[in-house]
Amino acid sequence: MSDLTKLTLKAALAGLKARDFSSVDITKAHIEAIEQARGLNAYVLETPDKALAMAAESDARLARGEGGALEGAPLGIKDLFCTDGVRSTAASKILGNFVPAYESTVTSQLWRDGGVMLGKLNLDEFAMGSSNETSAFGPVINPWRRDGSDAALTPGGSSGGSAAATAADLCLAATATDTGGSIRQPAAFTGTVGIKPTYGRCSRWGIIAFASSLDQAGPIAKTVEDAAIMLRSMSGHDVKDSTSLPVEVPDFASYVGKSVKGLRIGVPKEYRIDGMPAEIEKLWADGIAWLKDAGCEIVEVSLPHTKYALPAYYIVAPAEASSNLARYDGMRYGLRAGGPSLTDVYEESRAQGFGEEVKRRILIGTYVLSAGYYDAYYLKAQKVRRRIADDFDQAWQTCDALLTPTAPSAAFALGEQSDDPIAMYLNDIFTVTTNLAGLPGLSLPAGRDAQGLPLGLQLIGRALDEGTLFSLAGALEKAAGFTAKADRWW
Amino acid sequence: MSEKSKLIQGRTGPWEIVLGLEIHAQVASNSKLFSGAAVGFGAGPNEQVALVDAAMPGMLPVINRHCVEQAVRAGLGLNAQINLWSRFDRKNYFYPDLPQGYQISQFKDPIVGEGIVEVERDDGTTFIVGVERLHLEQDAGKSIHDLDPNFTYVDLNRAGTALMEIVSKPDMRSSDEAASYVKKIRTILRYLGACDGDMEKGNLRADVNVSVRRPGAELGTRCEIKNVNSYRYIQQAIEYEARRQIEILEDGGSIHQETRLFDPTKIETRSMRSKEEAHDYRYFPDPDLLPLVLDPAWVQSIKDSLPELPDPKRKRFESQYGLSHYDAGVLVADQARAAFYEQAAAGRDAKLVANWTVNNLLGRLAENGGDIENSPIPPEDIAGLVKLIEDGVISSKIAKEVFDHMWAGEGTPAQVVEKFGLVQITDTGAIEASIDKIMAANPDKVEAAKERPQALGWFVGQVMRDTGGKANPAAVNEILKAKLGL
Repeated sequence: MSDLTKLTLKAALAGLKARDFSSVDITKAHIEAIEQARGLNAYVLETPDKALAMAAESDARLARGEGGALEGAPLGIKDLFCTDGVRSTAASKILGNFVPAYESTVTSQLWRDGGVMLGKLNLDEFAMGSSNETSAFGPVINPWRRDGSDAALTPGGSSGGSAAATAADLCLAATATDTGGSIRQPAAFTGTVGIKPTYGRCSRWGIIAFASSLDQAGPIAKTVEDAAIMLRSMSGHDVKDSTSLPVEVPDFASYVGKSVKGLRIGVPKEYRIDGMPAEIEKLWADGIAWLKDAGCEIVEVSLPHTKYALPAYYIVAPAEASSNLARYDGMRYGLRAGGPSLTDVYEESRAQGFGEEVKRRILIGTYVLSAGYYDAYYLKAQKVRRRIADDFDQAWQTCDALLTPTAPSAAFALGEQSDDPIAMYLNDIFTVTTNLAGLPGLSLPAGRDAQGLPLGLQLIGRALDEGTLFSLAGALEKAAGFTAKADRWW
Repeated sequence: MSEKSKLIQGRTGPWEIVLGLEIHAQVASNSKLFSGAAVGFGAGPNEQVALVDAAMPGMLPVINRHCVEQAVRAGLGLNAQINLWSRFDRKNYFYPDLPQGYQISQFKDPIVGEGIVEVERDDGTTFIVGVERLHLEQDAGKSIHDLDPNFTYVDLNRAGTALMEIVSKPDMRSSDEAASYVKKIRTILRYLGACDGDMEKGNLRADVNVSVRRPGAELGTRCEIKNVNSYRYIQQAIEYEARRQIEILEDGGSIHQETRLFDPTKIETRSMRSKEEAHDYRYFPDPDLLPLVLDPAWVQSIKDSLPELPDPKRKRFESQYGLSHYDAGVLVADQARAAFYEQAAAGRDAKLVANWTVNNLLGRLAENGGDIENSPIPPEDIAGLVKLIEDGVISSKIAKEVFDHMWAGEGTPAQVVEKFGLVQITDTGAIEASIDKIMAANPDKVEAAKERPQALGWFVGQVMRDTGGKANPAAVNEILKAKLGL
């Protein structure tokens, strides 16, 4: 039965509906696979009992000819989503054994549609990181290895658990979140598809906040169509999130396979950075050629403020984080440490509870918001943000979507960049711009480097135009023919 | 009050106090500013706390439309600019009764801008206070330090409750003016229903900025006295603080800007933190909330639905009922009083009704620590009492007696008059008999009165005493004059 885990979400849903196998069958297969893959450290909490109970309910609905869009499909949940009665940690010690009494809007919509929860997936602490190494539970190991090497590679971050679990068939698809690239870079590093939708597409209610104006949920899946199916269930207006958009949710999957003929694809010249590996240059060129073959018109565009995006991001995101994380004070939930005085409790709880990267960002954020520095940093960064959004608006005059690499490299080895925050932050160079502008960005696997590691291409679209991205991604997926899976070593 | 009398005399000459107030008024609302948790007095600790109030991970604020409407109403009531675009900011600081680690407030772009309030002094004169701004913000929870020697308890019921902060310009020059200003703001907010104004419960409290200067000089350095919650405390705090500052300055010292606390038992202010120790609140726009954009038509509809406010009402009372500025002011100071009065005055001698309401009823209520809503006498009985006077059934003097019985709950004016036989004697026969009797007993007075008609008053007094005050004074006069041949 273990080959049930190899199915795509779409194929699994079809099989479930046709009663070829039951939800309990496919859930058990995944539970088994998860148990065997603990070395990957993708799950920080397995919930097999809950999964089987949900699967049995799904089977009952399927037997009655009922069931939602995800009925019976076993899914993994990034541990940034609060799940009712199930420990939710943000991979931080400060949350300890926090068990929410509420369910995030996004996950509640998955369960509404019949999804089955396998467990909670590892991530960088509070989603701050690009390699999953900042997790209090230790890093996730990428199922992919370099040819002929057994060095442990990062699956990327922060949604490393989501990406690794999807790549290693430990779930049919997973939820993830993306603040500066946390869905797309891990997807690129693991040969999976990830989309960060338009800001406001998915409710943030019940997702542990990192940087509120940038955080956005999205799926990581095995195929473009799977991502589209997931995103439809995850999306929708939520009155509990004031920044959620009151718009209809399209049938994203219906865009996959649509002709892309006549679409104008922008290639931003500023994304050709120094020192980019030739393999990535080549992949980008391949992508351009494939879309041209599919009938797209290729246009060069300029996004002149791109070089300011990363600095602006590393001001805005830490600023918001420094405030969002003030609630972890040892008073109401999570870790409490320290001595008799209030200040002792604050200082010790936060010193012991937060990891180094989180502390670094709280310090940066506190600094840039301080009296006397606010204008020079935070306000300036907001202006840059506006300019970056203007750049995109300008680009949309001449093109319908942009094609770029997702990340400047393939997956790197654990420990390789963890001592150098700047090198680590550069992972986000192609992805942060869409977060700053609130635009949708999709990464799909399109090739492999010389060492056999997957590489991703990124599509960026107009606000609320995920449909076009799914059409283009479908075309690229077909042309690239990326079907490779990591050799199972775990 | 003249400009001069507001000055404080120091050892080295006169000083002027300059005062600006920040009034924190709890918005009258059933639920909190950003959560659906109930707002109310008397619930058990932490019983009125939504997930967002406790800052549970992933919880988000959603603005309460009703609270926004109340702020707009208040702004309109203060004759202030309504900003159609405003924004919420986070004010960051750590404290256990502030679960989020920040207060959601409006820093740079408040919902209400500049306004004007006309304030009456106790002597009836008026002065103008400029309103700098009004903004919406969350209240904090309550830290309870005295339940346990080693622990502080936190009650989050109040956390997230909507407050309006009304910031005045430094336009007040005495503690009396400051108290009058707070009274006026309270009156306006109560009229609008935007705040219940209950100062004892802390639903309306003020931070008072105090500085002193030589008359005509530049503004001095100010100290802010936090959270003063009664008129008396506001006055005491200002008086103490002004004296403290004057003493320092006259001793050659200088004032350091700081935040101070008022101790009502010792009647003094104490330093809380200096400017150097002031928090850096790291304000920035709250990314969980969109800018607050108001539809001008909605603002207009709120404007159209405002009740008659105290200032126009006072003017109307003066012109429609012919009331004195003072009486009108007393009556409109509270919406319930004004309504009571108008109910009682309908069809009656309006000035007489005002006299009875202001001097007798409100006076008696005040002696008993109450106001119009505690009145044992309904407006129709004040009207009834005045009607008896108008009709000559009772004299004003008797009316006071009737009023006492009414106060004691012994019936309507008519019932009281009946029960205690207080009907005015207009029967000329009875009055004549009384006059005859008194004239017969006092022949010397009769002669004197014939010489000096001013002595008539003595006979009137005797007749009234003889009839137990029930004789109609007009009739007594008339008959006396006839009998004395005047």
